[in-house]
Amino acid sequence: MLKIGVPSKGRLMEKTFDWFGQRGVTMSRTGNEREYSGAVDGVEGVELVLLSAGEIPRELAAGRIHLGVTGSDLVRDKLADWSAQVVDWAAMGFGHADLIIAVPSAWIDVETLDDLDAAAAAFRARHGHRLRIATKYHRLVREFLTANGVADYALVDSQGATEGTVKNLTAEAIADITSTGETLRANHLKILSDGLVHQSQATLFLSQTAVWSAAEQAVLARLAGLMGLTAPAL
Amino acid sequence: MTAKSIIRAEAEQLHAALLAAGASAIEADILLPAGTLLDLYGEDIRARAYVTADPLNGEMMLRPDFTVPVVQAHMSGGADPARYAYMGEVFRRQEHLDGRAREYMQVGYEVFDRDASKADAEVFALFDKLLAGLNLRPETGDIGILMAAVRGLSTTERRKAALLRHIWRPQRFRALLDRFAGRAPISATHSGLLQRLAAGDPLDLVQAAGPLVGLRSAEDIAARAEALLEDAKTPAIAAPEAALLYDLLSLEAPARAALEHLRGIAPMLPAILPAVEAFAARLDALASRGIDVTRLPFAASHGRSTLEYYDGFVFTFQGPAGLPAIASGGRYDALTAVLGAGKSIPAVGGIIRPGLVARLRGAL
Repeated sequence: MLKIGVPSKGRLMEKTFDWFGQRGVTMSRTGNEREYSGAVDGVEGVELVLLSAGEIPRELAAGRIHLGVTGSDLVRDKLADWSAQVVDWAAMGFGHADLIIAVPSAWIDVETLDDLDAAAAAFRARHGHRLRIATKYHRLVREFLTANGVADYALVDSQGATEGTVKNLTAEAIADITSTGETLRANHLKILSDGLVHQSQATLFLSQTAVWSAAEQAVLARLAGLMGLTAPAL
Repeated sequence: MTAKSIIRAEAEQLHAALLAAGASAIEADILLPAGTLLDLYGEDIRARAYVTADPLNGEMMLRPDFTVPVVQAHMSGGADPARYAYMGEVFRRQEHLDGRAREYMQVGYEVFDRDASKADAEVFALFDKLLAGLNLRPETGDIGILMAAVRGLSTTERRKAALLRHIWRPQRFRALLDRFAGRAPISATHSGLLQRLAAGDPLDLVQAAGPLVGLRSAEDIAARAEALLEDAKTPAIAAPEAALLYDLLSLEAPARAALEHLRGIAPMLPAILPAVEAFAARLDALASRGIDVTRLPFAASHGRSTLEYYDGFVFTFQGPAGLPAIASGGRYDALTAVLGAGKSIPAVGGIIRPGLVARLRGAL
């Protein structure tokens, strides 16, 4: 049985169902509206697994699902060496969000990562601790800042309302997802000109660690043919 | 015997040889407070070490190396000359699915001694002797010469500090040097920023930019705005001087020939003279311990990888391609001051990986 994990609720689930529906694969929830179970019509041998989008990267890496739909940001952040564990098979064209670095708008001296690095050095010398950046995307942000030679910062964990951390004095800058930038502006923050860490969108991933029996490979080929995609080599 | 016990036996032999060379045995905790290491290395260490949470003591780290705890132990007991040997596991988090070791044995030797050139030669020659017969390729360098060259540049203290801060990040260092030497154009973003900053009093500009949130104050912002405007007026590092620094960054030659080359450029960059003479004294000390310095490879940029604290002599012993360095070490004078709460002492040390040695000896 080829298991496919999709987000269990909300717009992400609806758009995922739509995306597959347009490609001849009908997904639906079954049972009563609070029960997390679903069904797939249009192709034999596929089991629908409803999961939290945040858990889909882990389930793909563990090989407990063969395919999964989640944000490309979550896969890159939660999985080390992500491209060795999963294949990003198809970008789905919805769930767009940019992971960006933002600082207070009143920082008239900071426009770029270069400026952020220099400001962090001065901040540490003056305040006795590293410049704090609040985020929940630790791996993505750390790798991005390392690659760009930014030092003297500390990542502090923020699982929500991240834009408020600067005002609340628990961080000096943030790295968070934004789509329109409205929340940033409302919290007096601006995006660094070269502060785009990752452009995320909902993506169909394939697990390289799942067991792909001959039967499951055949289902994958049928699914690919039905949806007009080329199945990745396994 | 299992692989682990073979490696332990190899480690014990190396450790015994270090004790016989005059070191005292020292132990270090495996579970270390993460704060010191994070302050020292920055967030990058999280990608290279295992961080775990203690319910009462906060973030802890599985020992990524011995140098920091050994220096801490030494400095808390005073800053007297001493020699230490240790052996034990270190833990390195890996972000890639390759075969790199997550946990392995290290045997190390650390020398706290005010005679730097003799101590450098002692550590290198001792390792050279212990690893003889393994057909290893030594590589050496000296970050102190590079630092002295930067300190001697005819430019502002701010620019020198920026370069020194990134000396262990070769790419970033190079980008800064290109900018300060006028070799890289000023970006449109940056010239736009300078134009806006020049438009008025910085504190007024901060106020006009909207409500200021966060701990970084208007004074912090104004101070850096002024620094940026001042820096924009700073002339580029003169071309001949910059050329010397670029030359130094790419200097690679046998040690004795490298010394002659450095002596040749020292009159044009007099600030490096003390470091070059220290280099000369080290080569003499190495020669007197039987190291052939006419053939010993030297590269001025050797050892500038990230996450290091070396600020003088650096060395590695390389094995066959595909294996990590079999042994490595260097001088870390500044670290003893950082961890010494007001005290400091010149220090040099290095580690050997007994697992790799056992493999090369055919025991594994």
